[in-house]
Amino acid sequence: MSLVIPNLLSVITFLPLAGALVILVLRAISRKDDEAAIDTNAKWISLWTTLATLALSMVMLLGFDRTTTDYQFVEKIHWFGPLSYHLGIDGISILFVALTAFLMPLCILASWTSIKTRLVEYMIAFLILETLVIGVFTALDLFLFYVFFEGGLVPMFLIIGIWGGKNRIYAAYKFFLYTLLGSVLMLAAMLYMVNVAGTSSIPELSKFAFAENAQPWLWFAFFASFAVKMPMWPVHTWLPDAHVEAPTAGSVMLAGILLKLGGYGFIRFNLPMFPQASEMFTPFVLALSVIAIVYTSLVAWRQTDIKKLIAYSSVAHMGFVTMGIFAGNQAGIQGAVYQMISHGIISGALFLCVGVVYDRMHTREISFYGGLTNLMPHYAFVFLLFTMANVGLPGTSGFVGEILTMTGVYQASTWTALIAASGVIWSAVYALNLFKNVMYGPVTNPKLDGIKDLNARETLIFVPLVAGTLLLGIYPAFIFDFTTVSVDALVGVYQAAIGG
Amino acid sequence: MQTLVTVLVLAPMVGALIAGLFGRRIGNIASQGVTTGLLFLSCALSWYVFGAHTWGGASDFTVKLLDFINIGTFQSAWSIRIDALSATMLIVVTSVSSLVHLYSWGYMAEDPSRPRFFAYLSLFTFAMLMLVTAADFMQLFFGWEGVGLASYLLIGFWFNKASANNASIKAFVVNRVGDFGFALGIMTVYWMFGTVNFAELFPMIEAKAGTTWMFLGYSFSAIDLACFLLFIGAMGKSAQFFLHTWLPDAMEGPTPVSALIHAATMVTAGVYMVCLLSHMFEYAPVAKMIVAYVGAITAIFAASIGFTQNDIKRVIAFSTCSQLGYMFFAAGIGAYQAAMFHLFTHAFFKALLFLGAGSVIHGMHHEQDMRKMGGLYKYMPITYAVMTIGTIAITGLGIPGTQIGFAGFFSKDAIIESAWAMSETPQGMFAFIMGLSAALLTSFYSWRLAFMTFHGKKQWEHAHDDHHAHAETHGHDDHADDHGHGHHAHTPHESPLIMLVPLLALAVGAVAAGFIFAPYFVGDHAHDFWGHAIFTAPTNHVMHDAHHVETWVKFAPLVVTMLGLVLAWFFYLKRPDLPKKMAANEGPLYTFLYNKWFFDEIYQATLVKGSRALGNVFWKIGDVKLIDGLGPNGAAWSALKAAKNLVKTQTGYVYHYAFVMFLGVAGLLTWVVFWLAA
Repeated sequence: MSLVIPNLLSVITFLPLAGALVILVLRAISRKDDEAAIDTNAKWISLWTTLATLALSMVMLLGFDRTTTDYQFVEKIHWFGPLSYHLGIDGISILFVALTAFLMPLCILASWTSIKTRLVEYMIAFLILETLVIGVFTALDLFLFYVFFEGGLVPMFLIIGIWGGKNRIYAAYKFFLYTLLGSVLMLAAMLYMVNVAGTSSIPELSKFAFAENAQPWLWFAFFASFAVKMPMWPVHTWLPDAHVEAPTAGSVMLAGILLKLGGYGFIRFNLPMFPQASEMFTPFVLALSVIAIVYTSLVAWRQTDIKKLIAYSSVAHMGFVTMGIFAGNQAGIQGAVYQMISHGIISGALFLCVGVVYDRMHTREISFYGGLTNLMPHYAFVFLLFTMANVGLPGTSGFVGEILTMTGVYQASTWTALIAASGVIWSAVYALNLFKNVMYGPVTNPKLDGIKDLNARETLIFVPLVAGTLLLGIYPAFIFDFTTVSVDALVGVYQAAIGG
Repeated sequence: MQTLVTVLVLAPMVGALIAGLFGRRIGNIASQGVTTGLLFLSCALSWYVFGAHTWGGASDFTVKLLDFINIGTFQSAWSIRIDALSATMLIVVTSVSSLVHLYSWGYMAEDPSRPRFFAYLSLFTFAMLMLVTAADFMQLFFGWEGVGLASYLLIGFWFNKASANNASIKAFVVNRVGDFGFALGIMTVYWMFGTVNFAELFPMIEAKAGTTWMFLGYSFSAIDLACFLLFIGAMGKSAQFFLHTWLPDAMEGPTPVSALIHAATMVTAGVYMVCLLSHMFEYAPVAKMIVAYVGAITAIFAASIGFTQNDIKRVIAFSTCSQLGYMFFAAGIGAYQAAMFHLFTHAFFKALLFLGAGSVIHGMHHEQDMRKMGGLYKYMPITYAVMTIGTIAITGLGIPGTQIGFAGFFSKDAIIESAWAMSETPQGMFAFIMGLSAALLTSFYSWRLAFMTFHGKKQWEHAHDDHHAHAETHGHDDHADDHGHGHHAHTPHESPLIMLVPLLALAVGAVAAGFIFAPYFVGDHAHDFWGHAIFTAPTNHVMHDAHHVETWVKFAPLVVTMLGLVLAWFFYLKRPDLPKKMAANEGPLYTFLYNKWFFDEIYQATLVKGSRALGNVFWKIGDVKLIDGLGPNGAAWSALKAAKNLVKTQTGYVYHYAFVMFLGVAGLLTWVVFWLAA
C-alpha cells in the first residue's frame, strides 16, 4: 500500500536544504531590482518545499512497520574512521520527524506577511533549520547527531538575532551561552564514548555497557546539554527571553520542536546508555521537574507579557516530560513522548495565537488588550480551545500526556506525583487569567477598535492545529500505535539493566 | 438498544456542534430548534432505556465505541455503560436539560448570543452524559472536566461582566483543586489494582480490603486512601465544605444554567460517583466516615448561611449545597440508594425552584434582591403556584406512615431514617442530628423565600427607580441594556408560556417523583431495581433498618418542618420588622452567617495572596536576581566585554555564518579522527 522511495530519510532530511539552495540560485539569476518577485518566489518555494517534506513524511508514516523495534528506513554509508553517515528511525523518532514536517509549513504561512526585512534569508534560515532538526531525529551516528544538534543552534540564533524584537541581541546571546555550556560537556563525553566503545553508532552504543564509575559523569554531560534545551529549572531563564524576542514562527519552532530535542536526547542517550546513572540521578531529576511545574507555573501567572507567560508555561509542561521519562516505566515514557508531541502542537498554536494579535497591534502587553471576544469571535474560539488544551482538559491532547506522566511517576515517587498533580490547579490559574484579561470584559482600549478577526490565511494555519489537538486527544492511539513497541523495548532494557 | 444509547449520548454533542460552529450562519431560531429538538430526542430515548431497564427486564450492558488511552494494563475506552445508576442519571439529566433548553427560549429571548448559549447547554449535557455512562475512570474524568468546562463557559456567559468572569475562573480553579485529589485517586487505584476499568476493578476490591498502601512515605489503609482521594474530587464538584466557595458565585451565570448545572445535574456528579464506587466505599470504613461527616457538616453549614441571604438565587444556591450534604451523608452511612433517590427528587424540585426564581427575576426586570419583591402572587399566579409546590417539595411535606407526600418527603425522610438506623455509630448520630436541624432550617429559609417574594407588602413600587443601577452594582442577570422593558413601567409580569410549560412539567415531578419511584429506589423493589449497580456489603443493613425505625423518628422531620414554617411565617409575615432589626444590628452571629463564615475572605487572604506573592518572589528574586544574576548575566557581562571586538564579526549574512559553521564542523571532525587514530 505504501510508496517505496529509496533513501527516504535522506530525502526528507535534505529536501528543505535543497529548497534553500533553489531560493539562492533563483535570486542569483533574477534581476536585482525586482525584490518583490524574489521575495514572492522565496515564500512559495519555501511553502512547497515544506509541504513536499510533509507529504514525504506521510509516506514514511504509512510505510513504517509498527510491530518491530528495529530502526527502519536505515541508510548507512561508512565515512572514515569510526564515523558513518547513518540514518534510521524508530517508533519514537518518527513522530518528531512528522511533527517537524507538520509545523514547518505553518511557520512559513505564519511569516507570510509579518516579515518585512531580509525575507529571502529568513526563509533560507527556516529551511536550513528544518533540515538540521529532522537530521537530529534521523541521525543514528553520534557525531552526525552532534552536528545536527549543535547546527540547529545557528539558524535559531540568527532568527532571533536578526528578525527578533528590540532586545534581540541580549536574548540571542543568552540562548547561545546557555546552550554552549551544555554542549561542550556533551562533546567531551561523546569523544570518550567513541574511544571506549570503538563505535559511534547509536544503536550499538545503546547496547554497550559503560563502566558504572564512568556513567555518572557521562550521564551528567549529556544531561547538562539536554536540560538546557528542555529547559529544566534552573537553566530555563533563556527561554522566556528568547521567546519574547523571537518572531512568531521562531517561537513556534522553538517551543514546538527545539525544546523536544532535550527530551528526545534523554530517551535516546541517558536512559538506554547510562541506566545505572539514570537510576541514581532519578530523585534529582524528579525534584527539578516538580520544581519546574510549580515554580514556573506561579511565575507564569505573574507575567505581564503574553509570550513570556506562555514561555513559562512551556517550562512547566516540560517538567511533566522529564518526570515521565525518568519514571522509567511504560506509562511515564509513553506519556512523556505523547506530551512532547502534544505540546509541540499546543504551544505552537498558542504562540501563533499571540502572533495574530501582535501582528495587528505590535504589542504583547496583556494590559493593552481586553474584551477581544467582542471583536474577534473566531479568534476567541481558537484561543479558548488551545487555552483549554494547555490546561490539560480531557478531550484535548494536553490531557493524555499529563495524566500518563503523573501515573508513571506515581510508581517511582508518590510525593512527585502529588506535587506534579497540583500543576493542574496552577495551569488553570495562569491560563484562565490570561484568557480573561485578553479576551473577556468590555473593550476599554480605543486602539483595539476595528481589529480584524482571523483572515483566511490565519484560519488555514489554525485548522490543522485544532484538528490535531482534538484528534490526538480523543484517539491517542494515533501516537501510541507508533511508540508502544519501541518504548516497551526501552523500558525492558532499562529495567533489566537496573535490575528492576 | 446499543445504537439507541449511542444516539442518545451523542445527540446533544451534534446539537452543540451545529449551534456552536454554524450558529451565526443558520440563525437563532434554527440553532435553538436543533439543540432543543435533539435534547428532547435524547430525553425520549432516555426514558425508553430507563423503562426497559426498570420494567422491561433489560439487562445491564456496555457499548464500546472507541479506544481511548491504552498503555499496557492502562486500558480505557470511550464507552456507554447502562445500568440502574446510569439509567437513573440519564433521565434526570436529559429531562431537566430538555426543559431548561425550552425555558431558555423565553428567558434568553433578548440575548444576542443565543446560539452560543444553546451550544454551551448542549455541550454540557453531552459531557454530563459521558460522565454518567463512563465505564472507566478516564471517561469519567473526561465527563468530569467536560462539565467543568461547560460550567466555566456558562457562568462566564456574559463575558463583559467582570464579576461573571471572576466567578467562572473561581469555579474552574476550585474544581481543579478537587480534580487534583481525583487524579491522585485514579493513579492510586491504577497502581493498586492494575486497571482503571470499573468492571475489572470492582470484583478485585474485596481481596485488597484490610491491606495497606504506602503514600507519601506513610502507610495507609489501601482502599480508604483511594476512596478518600477520589472523594476530594467529589467535594470540589459537589461544592462540599471547604470547596463550596465557588457555588454561590456561580450564580453569576444565567438562571437556566443555575437550574441545570448548579442545582440538578453537575453538582450531583460527586454523589453519583460515590454511589457508583459503592463497591469501593463499602470496604473503606474510614473514607465513608469522612464522607458522612463532611456531608452532615455541609448540610447544616450551608443551611445556616441560606437563611441570612437576600439574593433569591444565592438562597437557592446554599439550599442546593445543603441538600447535597444530605446526599453525601446518606452515602457515607451506607444508604447509597437513599442518596440516589434524593438526588433524583432534588433534581426536579430544585430545578423547579431555580426556574421559578428565574421567572420571578424575569418578571421583576432583573431584580434579584428579595427585599425589593413582595406581594408578587397576584402578578405572577402560575409562578407563585409552582414555586409553592417546589417549596413544599423541598421542605418534604407528607404524612408519615403513608404513601402520601411531595417528592422531598420520601427521599429526605429516607435519609434521616437511615441516619437514625445508624445512630449507634458516632457519624450516624451526628448525621441524624445535623440532618434534622438542617431540615428545620431548610423549611425556614424556603418559606422565608416564598413569603418575602410572593407575600407581604410590595417592596418594589417605590424601589424601582434605582433598580437598574442596583442591578449593575450587584452583577445580576443584567443583560439589562438590551432588554426592552424600558417604558412599560416596572410592574411585574407573568412569564411567557414557553417558560411556564417547563415549570409545570417540573412541578408534576416535584409532586409525583416521590411516591411513584419510592418503591423502586428505596422500597420493596429496590433490590431488583438497583441490581449490581450499587453494592452493599453483607454487613450493611442500613436500608433495611431504616424501614423499622421508631415512630417518633418518622414524625420528627414533619414536626421540625412545620416549626420552620411557623417561624418563617412569624418573622416574615407577622413581624417583618424583627429580621430587619436583626440585620440592622449586625450582631456577630448574623454577620458571621451573612458573610458565609468568612470563607472567601480567609481563602483570599491566605491561599490567593500567598501564592501570588510566591509567584512574584520566584520571578523577581528567583529568576531575575538569583539565576540570571549569578548565571548568564554575571558570566555574560565579562564575556560580553571581552568579546566586544568579536561582535564586529556579526555581519548578519547567513552564508558567513554557514561558512564559519562549516569550517568549525570540518575542523572538529578532523581533530576527532586524528585524535582517535592516535
